[in-house]
Order: sequence, then C-alpha cells, then structure tokens
Amino acid sequence: MDLHQLWTILSLPDNVPIVLLLFVVPFYTWYGLRQAFANDRLIAQLEGDPAMAKTHHRKVQPFKTGWTREVHVWPYLLRIEFLAAIIVTVILMVWSITLNAPLEEPSNPTLTMNPSKAPWYFLGLQEMLVYFDPWMAGVVMPSLIIVGLMVIPYIDTNPLGNGYYTYKQRKFSILTFIFGFIVLWVSMIVIGTLIRGPGWMWFWPGTTWDHNRLIFEVNRDLPDLFGITGRVAKIIFGAIVVGLYLGAAGVAIHKLITKTAFNRKIYARMSVLQYIVMQTFLVIMLALPVKILIRLMFRIKYIWVTPWFNI
Amino acid sequence: MADTNGHDGKPASAGTPAAGGNGASGSGNGGNGGSKLQAVIAGAKATQTRAIEELKETVKAPEKTDVWKSVLRVKHDETPRSRALGVLSNVFLHLHPAKINRDAVAYNYTWGMGGMTFYVYITLVFTGTLLMFYYHPSKIVAFRDILYLESDVPFGKLLRNMHRWGAHLMVIMVELHMFRVFLTGSYKKPREFNWVVGVLLLVLTLLLSFTGYLLPDDQLGFWAVTVGTNMARATPLLGHAGPFGPQLGMTPFNDVRFGLLGGSIVDANALLRAYIWHCVAIPIIASAFMVVHFWRVRKDGGISGPAPVMLESEIKDVKKI
Repeated sequence: MDLHQLWTILSLPDNVPIVLLLFVVPFYTWYGLRQAFANDRLIAQLEGDPAMAKTHHRKVQPFKTGWTREVHVWPYLLRIEFLAAIIVTVILMVWSITLNAPLEEPSNPTLTMNPSKAPWYFLGLQEMLVYFDPWMAGVVMPSLIIVGLMVIPYIDTNPLGNGYYTYKQRKFSILTFIFGFIVLWVSMIVIGTLIRGPGWMWFWPGTTWDHNRLIFEVNRDLPDLFGITGRVAKIIFGAIVVGLYLGAAGVAIHKLITKTAFNRKIYARMSVLQYIVMQTFLVIMLALPVKILIRLMFRIKYIWVTPWFNI
Repeated sequence: MADTNGHDGKPASAGTPAAGGNGASGSGNGGNGGSKLQAVIAGAKATQTRAIEELKETVKAPEKTDVWKSVLRVKHDETPRSRALGVLSNVFLHLHPAKINRDAVAYNYTWGMGGMTFYVYITLVFTGTLLMFYYHPSKIVAFRDILYLESDVPFGKLLRNMHRWGAHLMVIMVELHMFRVFLTGSYKKPREFNWVVGVLLLVLTLLLSFTGYLLPDDQLGFWAVTVGTNMARATPLLGHAGPFGPQLGMTPFNDVRFGLLGGSIVDANALLRAYIWHCVAIPIIASAFMVVHFWRVRKDGGISGPAPVMLESEIKDVKKI
C-alpha cells in the first residue's frame, strides 16, 4: 500500500474537484431520491384513497389551511439569494487562499507529459479512448451525448413527475439518467483521474505509479479470433456482428420499455419517430459498457475492421 | 434644536437694533463696521443652523430626498404593493416575479444550483476581467505574465486562484443543476426548449473552461489542449485522420483541427485563438443564451415546482394529429 502515491494524486490541486465530486454527487443523489421516495409514499396513499385525493393539497411540504399559497420575493427569496452569494464567495475565497492553482513548467512540445491528461471534466472522454478510436470517442460520442441530452424532453412521453421528485412514476427515465450520469460519466471521470497512471495504465488506488511498467497485452480483433483474414470478409463479418448487436440491444431495450403495464401505457403514447430516436440513442449508449466489457474481459480491440474506420 | 435656535436668535436680534442705532446716530466708523460684521456673522450662523437642520432631516429620512426618489423611482413602504414594486421596478431584480410559490423558496427542491452557477459566472467575469489587465496572449510573454501575476501583482495569486477554482466550481454546479432538473422532471411541458438551451449552456461552460486551460501556456495546458485537439483530427469527413477524411481531401493543413488551432500544431496562433474564444466570443454567446434561459424560466411559468403530485389515473389521452 503506497499511501504517499495516493496522497500525491488526491492532493493534486486540479484533482480537488474530483474529490469534491466524490462527496457531492452521492449526497445530492441521496438528497433528491429521499424526496422522491417521500412523494412516492404520498402518491401511494392518495391512490388508495380517492376521497383524500380530491381534497389533499398533494405536497409533502408542511401545510396549514389559512397559509397563503405564495410569498413575496422581497424578502423571502432575495434574502436566500443574498445568503447563497455570500456563502459561495466565502467558500471560493477560502479555497483560493488555501490552495494554489497549478502552474507547471513552460510549455515544451519536445517534452511529453506522462500521463498527459485532459481537464478533469473531459477525462470521461479520454477514458473512452481506451475502448474506441478517436473519431468515435472524441467526436461522435460527445456529439451524440449533446444531441441525446437535447432530445430527452421530446422523447419522454411520460406526463407524470412534472415538477416534483418521484421515482415510482418515472423509474425508467430516472434509472437511465442515473446510469448515464453517475455510472458512465462521473465514474469514468473518477477512473481517469484516480486510477489511470503513466501510459494511461490501470493503477489501483494505493499502488505506486511505476513509470517503467510494461504490460504485454495482446489485443485481438474479433475477425481474427474466427480466423477471418480477407479484407472484404472482415468488412462483411464486422457488419454482421455489429448488426446483430444493434438488433439484440434493440430487442432488449424494447422489452425494457414495455416491461410493466405502466411502461406499456407510456409506450402507447409515443410516435414512431419518438420511438426510433429513443431506441437509437439507448442502443448507442449501451454500446459503451458492452465495448468496455468485451475489451476488459476478452481483450478484443475491434469488432468491425475496415480500411476506412474500425469499431 | 429649539435650544440652538433660541441661542442663535438672541445675538441676531440684539445685533439688528444695534446696527440701526449706529446708522441713526452716525457715530464712529469703527462701530459701524463692527455691526456690519456682526450682521454677516449672524447671517452665516443662521445659514449654518439651517444646513445642520436640513442635514439632520436627510440623515433621518433619506428616502424623502429628491436624489433618492430619482434613483429608486417608486416609494417604498411596508405595503405588499410596495414590496412587489421593489422587485418589479428594479432592473437587476425584475427577472424575479413579485411573488412565488411558498414551497419554492425551500432549499431542498431547487438545491439553488442554477442561481449559484450564475453568481459564480459573474465572479468569473469579474476576476477574468482583472486578469486580462496583466496578461498578453503571446507565446513570448504569456507564461511570464502568469509568474509576474503570481509574485508581483498585489493579490494576483488570489485572483488567479479564484478564477481557476471558480471555473471548476461552475462545471460541478452546472452538472448538479442539470441532475436536479432531470430528477424533478422539470424539462417536461412547457419547458422542453429551455432544457435544450440549458444543454447548450453546459457545452459552452465546458468550452469556456477548456479554452482557458491553454492560456497560462504551461505544460499542463499545452498537453491537455494537444490531447483534446488531436481528437479533432479524427473527425469523420472533416479531419485528416478520420474516417473518409483523406478521401475527401483532408490534410493537416486544411482540416477542422487546423481551423481550431490556426495551424497544424499548438502554437502562437492557437494561444491567440484560445484567448479570443475564452475572453470575448464564448462569454458573449453564453451570456446571450443565459438571457434566453432566464427569460424562458419566467415565460414558462416560473420554476417548475414543487408542483402538486399527479396520479396515474389522471393521465389524459394524448391528442392524435
């Protein structure tokens, strides 16, 4: 156990945001889901008692008859904003006084940094480079993430859960977002920051970053495993395998979308276009963990080998 | 107050008949001059008294002065109408409605992340502008400017630290804001488009942070930007190392990476481009989107909740076109 190495990584000024992220993201996930479960209990109660549903104010917040529904922004909101501004300023000041921004040596194109890492918020993408070629990890995937986030409101046809925390009424969308945000985005940032060392090799926290470590890893392409050597044969074989994945993932996602009676109800509200767009983005999103598993478990680098691109 | 008046009044009233008496008898010049002087002093004292009195009134009730009224335009009393006007008629506060849902001010619903992001953005603009006074976007002096800033400029180190950590804080806050908006389903009707604007703001935030990374011109920024822009050369169709790029005639000197860096390597042009994107272009674009973002929050009916829960049995059938 090399605690010194661990401390060196954790105390690197630019890694402090990741350490912060490690605490803040779980906290707010808990904070949000706790309110979601509280609302779910209220929903269950109201669904079991139609008479109560007609008269209840339908919030878990404390309420007394006679209280006004609205309050003045001045002072009830503005004082909170003022306080928040002061607190943020204090945090930023203290952080800036106690910790100096990093400044390395002057830039030198002849001296490569090892490991040379992107800023922390892009480390998820850099980590993706291990599993995909740059055109995929650096260009196609980020674009799809951006567009995929933008289309969310237009493909989510579930009218429930608009403006309040709930888990029960939006299980599928909440689990999908948590999978994308926490399991893929945040955890890959954490891996890229804390675990990837020199040569972008995997060093468990607590092990020493050995700059001379070599890993004799033989990465194979899937067509080679099946003994396919011809160029055209490889293209056709890869296309078939990728096609099979798309089909299988599509079927699996369809099963998931139409699993419960409620899910089928929401599914019935979707237009064909909404369904196709949703399937496309979910299938591609799922391809990332699938490729990671294939790479880590079977040491397979490419599935589809062509003269123009490799996947 | 009354005492001072009485005290000041006495010599003034005593002085006037004395002056008149002098004029009537036509006695010595010295006496005449002395009484004139006394009159002037008495007048000055009266003016002083008046000034003190007016000043006291101003201090006691500044809201009654013309200057105050001209600045704030409306009266402020302890009335609901006045409280509403205090927000609505103020250029900085008028983004707020006059009244909001009583539960919406509780921290647990919004987490305050959107507002705090905007506040951090303002501090970044402030510290960034100050940093611009000490920085030249030139390969020769950029790194030295940072050293100078850190060692010689008063509070220079604090300024740079605040800008750096503020940027990190902003990225974290934007992501958490997005997380909250998703968990509360706030992107649903009628707020779909504002979510799209928010995604664009997230991208702009990341780009702002990334373009700022190169500016110190140290090893950290140089290699981060090298790694980052090397991906651009693999852009499908538009990069010289990307799928179908070479077939479309892409070389290191005409592809999308060349456009980003202003050259085929990260050098002086790249530094200048990063500087202009970071300090001028992206802040303007981001500010424009922020205006739209905040405006849409209001136009879409204020913040989304906490709304009363809806039950499954209350779902209305979807309208078929």
